[in-house]
Amino acid sequence: MIELQTPISEDQIRALKVGDEVAITGTLFTGRDAVHKYLHEGGKLPPGVSFQGGILYHCGPVIIKDEAGNWKCVAAGPTTSIREEPYQWQVIRDFGLRGVIGKGGMGDKTLQACKEYGCVYLHAIGGAAQVLAECVKRVPNVHFMEQFGAPEAIWEFEVVRFPAVVTMDAHGNSLHKEVLAASQAELAKYV
Amino acid sequence: MNLLQDSLLELIRRTSAEIPEDVHRAILAALERERKGTIAESAMKIIDRNIALAKNKSQPICQDTGSIIFYIAGPVGLDQIAFEAAAKEAVKVATKKGYLRQNSVDSLTGKNDGTNVGPGSPTLHFHQHRSPEVAVRLILKGGGCENVGAQYSLPNEKLKANRDLDGCRKAILDAVLQAQGKGCGPGILGVCIGGDRATGYEHSKQQLLRRLDDTNPNPDLDRLEKDIVETANKLGIGPMGFGGQTTLLGAKIGVLNRLPASYFVSVSYMCWAYRRQGVSLAPDGGIAAWLY
Ligand code: SF4
Repeated sequence: MIELQTPISEDQIRALKVGDEVAITGTLFTGRDAVHKYLHEGGKLPPGVSFQGGILYHCGPVIIKDEAGNWKCVAAGPTTSIREEPYQWQVIRDFGLRGVIGKGGMGDKTLQACKEYGCVYLHAIGGAAQVLAECVKRVPNVHFMEQFGAPEAIWEFEVVRFPAVVTMDAHGNSLHKEVLAASQAELAKYV
Repeated sequence: MNLLQDSLLELIRRTSAEIPEDVHRAILAALERERKGTIAESAMKIIDRNIALAKNKSQPICQDTGSIIFYIAGPVGLDQIAFEAAAKEAVKVATKKGYLRQNSVDSLTGKNDGTNVGPGSPTLHFHQHRSPEVAVRLILKGGGCENVGAQYSLPNEKLKANRDLDGCRKAILDAVLQAQGKGCGPGILGVCIGGDRATGYEHSKQQLLRRLDDTNPNPDLDRLEKDIVETANKLGIGPMGFGGQTTLLGAKIGVLNRLPASYFVSVSYMCWAYRRQGVSLAPDGGIAAWLY
């Protein structure tokens, strides 16, 4: 297990390779379809929010307000990342992301952007909403709540040892491509 | 709140927070099978821990609490309108309580009113039977796995799939290959051979109501179900598509008549977060028994 603390340097990111397990501590920003489309169309991040050296998490969490009036994250697994493929490369380039967390992997444009700008794709365990929510210790802020609704808003998560696997690294390798090719070859033997 | 509504609320809570026992057993067996120290094993461990946590905290297993699909079997005279109203109320309350995420979006405007009630949500399938029993089954089916569902029209030249069981097998295995880990595998397939485009998919989802450890009464389909699981697990796709031993936990195949001109194979993929429960209702609307 490799420990990562945000903000993350380019060197640290380039040292990672496909198959590495990481535990992330620091800040994650959630962002899914509405946020990607908005940023792609030239939208600005809210004042005080910066993705530099940061990690964007493809996640539409379930958040409630506790008795004290604080946000509390009760479920926070990843959502399917490939929907952001048309936009992700640009968000990596323009906002200085060092990591993108999601599930299912992404395509060539994102892989290329990871290589070019120093970023990795981190696969969280899809459906593990509770284990991952336990890693979210505090939810200090939410942005675009009105505009996009709760699952689509940008939530700020303070996380401790959030587990993920590097499935696309900054050297052009993709575990998704490897497994697809190997399973395709294997299936050919049985049909 | 009336008793029926309370019962449906409890059905939703339990479906969202607890994996049915048959599925849990299959997941534990899959965890055992993975090679120690691999990322596939890590993934299965996290899944196992997640199942325990969700149950203990009575929180959603997965944050995508999915399409809300009720299957109701009841006697002649069951008031479907009142039942539907109770189900919608229960869904609203369940959403407020956080058993369900605010998960239903107006397709044209993109607006989410936060209630989970709207056109098509929840979906209710009513079915009459002769017994006085009212049995309510619920599936919460997430979007990630729904997106990797597939429908094939045979013959399919590319797959060399003809209009026979071997052709069906090729189509189903292709669906597994295309899905990779994207539907949060290890997955469970519900398949329908035949029907039209709508009934085919619908029947494929109904297969997911079957227990994982049941046996298909049709020996040909039973053989095909076992073969699909065995073959899929040789492909090395593994949990989450990380590579590994378990790609599928099960496959359930049903069949409908078709038109001479059509031959559909419809595949619904269910993620490991297999949320399916059911209750048998007492005459007063309370829960008499759990069905899984
Ligand atoms: S596919 Fe299933 S486990 Fe994965 S995110 Fe969707 S609902 Fe959750």
